[in-house]
Amino acid sequence: MDKTINQKAWFLVLPVFLVVAFSAVLPLMTVVNYSMQDTFGNNQFFWNGVGWFKELLDPTTDLGGRFLASLWRNLFFSAVILAIEVPLGIVVALSMPRQGFSVAVCLVILALPLLIPWNVVGTIWQIFGRPDIGLMGYVLNSLGLNYNYVSNDLDAWATVIVMDVWHWTSLVALLCYAGLKSIPDAYYQAAQIDGASRWAVFKAIQLPKMNRVLLIAVLLRFMDSFMIYTEPFVVTGGGPGNSTTFVSIELVKIALGQFDLGKAAALSLVYNLIIIIVCWIFYTVMTNAGVQRRVVVDKKGVK
Amino acid sequence: MHSIPGHRVILILFLIFLLLPIYWLVNMSFKTNGEIVSTMTLWPHQPTIANYMRIFTDESWYSGYINSLKYVVINTIISISVALPAAYAFSRYRFLGDKHLFFWLLSNRMAPAAVYALPFFNLYSAINLFDTPWAVALAHCIFNVPLAVWILEGFVSGVPREIDETAFLDGYSFPRFFIRILVPLIASGIGVAAFFCFMFSWVELLLARTLTSVDAKPISAVMTRTVSAAGMDWGLLAAAGVLTIIPGALVIWFVRNYIARGFALGRV
Repeated sequence: MDKTINQKAWFLVLPVFLVVAFSAVLPLMTVVNYSMQDTFGNNQFFWNGVGWFKELLDPTTDLGGRFLASLWRNLFFSAVILAIEVPLGIVVALSMPRQGFSVAVCLVILALPLLIPWNVVGTIWQIFGRPDIGLMGYVLNSLGLNYNYVSNDLDAWATVIVMDVWHWTSLVALLCYAGLKSIPDAYYQAAQIDGASRWAVFKAIQLPKMNRVLLIAVLLRFMDSFMIYTEPFVVTGGGPGNSTTFVSIELVKIALGQFDLGKAAALSLVYNLIIIIVCWIFYTVMTNAGVQRRVVVDKKGVK
Repeated sequence: MHSIPGHRVILILFLIFLLLPIYWLVNMSFKTNGEIVSTMTLWPHQPTIANYMRIFTDESWYSGYINSLKYVVINTIISISVALPAAYAFSRYRFLGDKHLFFWLLSNRMAPAAVYALPFFNLYSAINLFDTPWAVALAHCIFNVPLAVWILEGFVSGVPREIDETAFLDGYSFPRFFIRILVPLIASGIGVAAFFCFMFSWVELLLARTLTSVDAKPISAVMTRTVSAAGMDWGLLAAAGVLTIIPGALVIWFVRNYIARGFALGRV
């Protein structure tokens, strides 16, 4: 179905454009403005050119060191949670019951963590992991493990990762489940006639059919884990020391804690740019994958 | 053919993993602080509803819930009503800069809230909206509007174009066609988009906290009050947490039949 060219469609898009531009362009201009200046309070600003950006990308300075350290930490965190959540989400989606009342119950329980305010997610895990009053902390400690997320780096990391898995695996699972639901029964029947093994069915039918939703899942999970702020902030406050300080936490510390507007703005821009570049790559890959699939389908239709 | 060996066990273990921390919160909310701190009990031995009573009787507590719901509802209404025509345009027409515009919208969904916290504070102070639900509602549009457009575009594309053409041949004007025919056809899509807007606005804390101070303070910011000189009031904190889960749980229950379709964003 070809779309018709109609420039009047802009009138339909205009409200969205205005609402988003109001919330996005004006603040972005403010950020760009700040990023070039320095302030010593009293609303007096001084031109600083690209000074902040130079400092930001130079690991020997205080700002650059902090930024790059939090950036690597954040990338590592994103990689770990993607490596856990995507396979786990697929397995959970494949384990879903096929029909009946239990489907509704499973869906509701799966969706539950997604609708809990992020600071409450943090609170839940803060309580759950405490060695004195939390079930998990108490059990781990009585098993002889010296678990304490407040003082031990490794425990803090483990808590933040388990929390994120708890919070977001459902999203991957629900997306995959939606993808699986769209596979017609005829595919499975054909596979059965061919005598395909369980693994072959997964590899040849289910995985390709989940391709698109999996890309959406990876995209959303990467973005959201890269922007993560509230949950680790509530649980560990970025500590112990700086061991769980991710980029957003560092940014809020500089912007709202120290009121270093210039540094914070420069950091924001670089941070935003990284996300947009990755987003653009994903978007291009996704749309190209869609086009290719359509071409294949068309050719089959011709035959 | 759908499921894998051992699927029951895997699913049950995962659901227990999801429910256990929530159970612990509920469990704590019915305990007295003395019981929480002194002993480790798997269920409340002296159940009390004092924590809940305090939230329902203290205005500074329950007004937090009302404030949160206010901006969530305003945001959902704004997002859906501006996203509907745009979704139709993206689905049916090609126009100058359409792909760039779509990507630009999506890129706003990907912008970290932390980047915008400070400029939003300046912006909404300048136009005298600071500390009102409108400020938070408009600020949340930055990630909800693109998402709503994305979801609704998928659902509008699922409506055959012949329906539009027939309606116009029958003499429907565009606004009438839109409200009388298109909106009822994609009602489930609107429900799903509203669900997502509700969800992301309800769970967001950073912007909501930055843009309010006294009058429009959301519940998530009120919750930080449980830290006092006398130490943490764990029972009260847990009760407040449980109450924030309830609206979400209700919303899920109502849209449970659409969840699978909604997560496919209408286009798989």
